[in-house]
Amino acid sequence: MADNLFTISGLKLSLPDMTRKPVFGAAPQIEILKGIDFQVPRNAVTGIVGESGSGKSTLGRAMVRLLEPTEGTIVFDGLDLTHLGENELRPHRRNLQMIFQDPMSSLNPRRTIASIIAAPLRQYGLTDNIDGRVKEALDRVGLPQSFAKRYRHEISGGQRQRVGIARALALSPSFVLADEIVSGLDVSTQAQILTLLERLCRELGLTIAFISHDLSVVRRLCEQVIVMHNGTIIEKGSTKAVFDNPQQPYTRSLIDAIPLPEPDPLWLAPDAS
Amino acid sequence: MADIRRRYKKPNLRLWLAGGWIALALAAALLAPWIAPHDPLTQDLLYGRLPPFWIEGAEPGFWLGTDSLGRDLLSRLIHGARIAFMVAFAAAIAACLVGSTLGLVAGYFGGWADRIISRIVDIWMSFPPVLFAILLIAVLGTGLHSVIIAIAVIDWTRFCRVIRAEAMVQARMDYVESAHIAGFGRVKTMIDEVLPNVLPSIIALLSLEMGIAIIVEAILSFVNLSVATDDPTWGGIIAEGRLSIHQAWWVLVFPLVALFLTVLSFSQLGEGLKQRFDPVLR
Amino acid sequence: MTDCLAITNLSATLPDGQRLLRSVNVNVAPGEVRALVGESGAGKSMLSKAVLGVLPVSVKIVEGDIWLQGNDLGRLTAAKRRQAVAASIALIPQDPLTALNPSRRIGPQMTDRLVKILGWDQTRADERVRTLLDEVHIRDGERVLRAYPHELSGGMRQRVLIAAAFAAEPKLIIADEPTTALDVTVQKQILRLIAEMQRLHGTAILFVTHDLGVVAKISQNVTILYGGMVVEEGAVDQLFANPQHPYTRALLAATPRYTDPEASLLPVDQSVLSDLAKAVETADRDWMSSHGG
Repeated sequence: MADNLFTISGLKLSLPDMTRKPVFGAAPQIEILKGIDFQVPRNAVTGIVGESGSGKSTLGRAMVRLLEPTEGTIVFDGLDLTHLGENELRPHRRNLQMIFQDPMSSLNPRRTIASIIAAPLRQYGLTDNIDGRVKEALDRVGLPQSFAKRYRHEISGGQRQRVGIARALALSPSFVLADEIVSGLDVSTQAQILTLLERLCRELGLTIAFISHDLSVVRRLCEQVIVMHNGTIIEKGSTKAVFDNPQQPYTRSLIDAIPLPEPDPLWLAPDAS
Repeated sequence: MADIRRRYKKPNLRLWLAGGWIALALAAALLAPWIAPHDPLTQDLLYGRLPPFWIEGAEPGFWLGTDSLGRDLLSRLIHGARIAFMVAFAAAIAACLVGSTLGLVAGYFGGWADRIISRIVDIWMSFPPVLFAILLIAVLGTGLHSVIIAIAVIDWTRFCRVIRAEAMVQARMDYVESAHIAGFGRVKTMIDEVLPNVLPSIIALLSLEMGIAIIVEAILSFVNLSVATDDPTWGGIIAEGRLSIHQAWWVLVFPLVALFLTVLSFSQLGEGLKQRFDPVLR
Repeated sequence: MTDCLAITNLSATLPDGQRLLRSVNVNVAPGEVRALVGESGAGKSMLSKAVLGVLPVSVKIVEGDIWLQGNDLGRLTAAKRRQAVAASIALIPQDPLTALNPSRRIGPQMTDRLVKILGWDQTRADERVRTLLDEVHIRDGERVLRAYPHELSGGMRQRVLIAAAFAAEPKLIIADEPTTALDVTVQKQILRLIAEMQRLHGTAILFVTHDLGVVAKISQNVTILYGGMVVEEGAVDQLFANPQHPYTRALLAATPRYTDPEASLLPVDQSVLSDLAKAVETADRDWMSSHGG
C-alpha cells in the first residue's frame, strides 16, 4: 500500500442538475460518478482520460476535495479525506495542489504574478525569504524574474500556464492535479508546457493525476491510465498495457478516432463499423 | 491587443470635463461662506427678480440675478451645493456599504444567503421609491439626516443587485477555486480575491449613486420634505422658480442646469473611473 | 477553369496602420478541400471573415482583391456583395450551439436562409431540408425539425448545421474549426460526414483549423499562416512528407503523435520564431515603402 498515494474506493458523487430544476423547489440530483475504484501510485503520472461528460473533471475535483463525494472513500497518504470539513482539510491542502485548464481564468487579474505565487506560501506561514521562494518558483518553470511584477494580461497563454504550474509547485506538494492543462494552448506552446512538465516530473519525482481528452499526450506522459466513460472506469492499467492492447471496445474506438498527423485517404472512408 | 489598450490609456476628455465640473462644484460647496457674493438668505424686495448679468436691467454684483424675494441666485446655488454634496456623499456611501456587502455575500456564497438577500431585495424594490422616501421622512421627521437615511434605505438595493451579479460571475472563475486550493477560507477568498475584482463596478455605481442622491434630494426639496425651508437647496430653488417661471425664468433654469451638469458628471466620472481602475482595460 | 475563390495580395489593417493580413494569396479550385492552418493570431479567422464580408469595423482591407466565382467582390456594392456571398458561400461554424437561435425550432432556422435570402418557396425549401437531413444520416428528421437546439446533442447540432450549409448548393463552404468543440469520436463522425457530403455535392471547402491531424485527414491542399502571412502551401501529401518551411517543420515536430510516444517532442525553436518575426518586419517595411508610408 505504501507505494499508493491515493486509494479511491466505491466513489460516488451526485450534483444538482440545474438544467432540470423546477421553478420552485430543489433541482434533482444527477449521479456523475457511479462507483470509482483506483489507486494513484507515488512519483508517477496517472492519466485520467475520457470524453466530455465522462466525469473525469468531477473525479479530479473530488480528489482535491473541491467537491464532497456522496459515497465511497478517498484515502490520501493514509488519511481519509472523504468527508473532512474545510477547517480540518486546511492543513492537508498544501499537499493537494492543482493546475487549471484555463490559465487566464485561474489567475486573479488584479494580482501580480509574484503575489499569485506567494499566496499559498503566505497562507501556510512560509513568509521568511518569500521573494527568494517566488524567484525560485519562477526559475523552476523557466520564467524570467522580470515577470514577478507583471499582471496576467501582460503575458502570453503559455507563460500564464507556467505561472499556474509555479503556483501549484510552490508548496512542494505531494500531489498535483492537472486538469486539461494543455488543451487550450497552441501546438507550439503545448509542446513547451509538456516538455516542462516532463522535466519537472523527472527532477522532482512529482505525483500527478493528469486529466486529458488527448490520448497522444497521455501516452507520452503517463505511466498509469484510467479510461472513463459515463461516470465509470472502463479500463485501467499501465499506459503501455492499455494502449498497446486495449481490451474494451470503447477504448479502441477512442484510439481509432485520433486523427494522426499523417495523410490517409482511407481514414474517412465510410466503413461497415 | 496592445493597440486596444493604448486607446483606453489616452487622456479622456470626457473624464476631465466631468471631474472638472465636480471639482468646481465641490470647491464652491466647501468654500461657500467665503466665496458667495451675498448672504443667500438676505431678502431685499427692492432688488426682486433682477435678471442675470447679460440682460438689460441687471444689477452689478448679482451675476445670475435674484429671485422674487430679492435673494442673490448665485449665492443660493453655491450654498445649495453644500447640501447637495453632503447628501450625495453621505447617502451614496451608506447605500454602497450596505448594498455592496449584502450583494457580495449573496453572489459569492450563493445558496441560502443568496435566497434570503434576493427575496429582501425583491420585496424592497416593489415599493414605489419616492413614496417610500416620503413615508420614511414622515416617520423620521424632516431634516438633513432624515433625507440621507431615506436615500440610503431606498437605494442600497441598486448596489446589491449589480454587485451580486458581478460577484456570481467572479465566483465561477478558476482563480476562486485556486484560492481554495491554496488553503484560503471562504471569507478570506471573498475579501482578498473577489472584492478587488468587483471594486471597479462598486466605484462606478458609487459615483452614479451620488448623482441619483442629488436628484432624489432635489425631488424631496421640491415637495418640501427635505431640510428646513430657509436653507437653500437646489430642489427648493427649483420649486420656488416654478412659481415665477413667467416673470423670472432664471430662478428655475440655473438650478436645473447645475443639477443636470452635476448628475451627468457623476455618471460620466463613474464610467471613466471604472475603466481606470480595471487592470485589463487599463 | 476559374478558381472558386481567389484571394490575391490581400492586406488588411487596423486604424493605427498595423497589418493583420500581409499580402495574402489563397486560391480554392472548384471541388477542392483546402485547409487554412495557423496558431492563434495567425489571421486565419480574419481571412475567412474578409471573404464573408464580416470584418470588424476597425479592420479595413487596404489592398488586394477577393474574387468569388470570377467576380471581384471589391467592385460590388455592399448589397450586391452580400447577395453574391449568400448565393455561393455557406458557413459551418465552430460552435454549433451559439450558431443556432435557442428560442426557435430547427426547421424554420434551416429553411429561413433558402426562403428569405435566396427566394425559394416554402414547400420547396421544406423538401430540400428533408432530403439534406437524410443525407447527413439523421433518421428521425421530423422530430429534429420540430426540436429546439438545446434538445439535440452537440454532434447532432453540427449535423444539422452541415445539412443547412449544403442545402443551397453553395460553390464554397467555409468550415471554421467545425470540430474543435467536439469529442474525438464525434469529431471523426463529423469529419467523415463533411468528406462524404463534399464528394456528393462537389463543393469546394476552405477548412479553417489549428489541428494538423485534422488537416492531414480532410484536405487535399494546405495553406499555412503565421502572423497574417502565408508561410507555406502545397498538396497535403507533400507538405506532411517533405515540409519546406522551418516553421512547418517545427509545428510538425511539436505535435505529439499517438503512434510514437517515445519520440522527443520539440517545442518550436526560438530561432524559427525570431526568423518569422524578422520576415514579418521586412515584409511590413517593404510594404510601407512601396505605399508611401
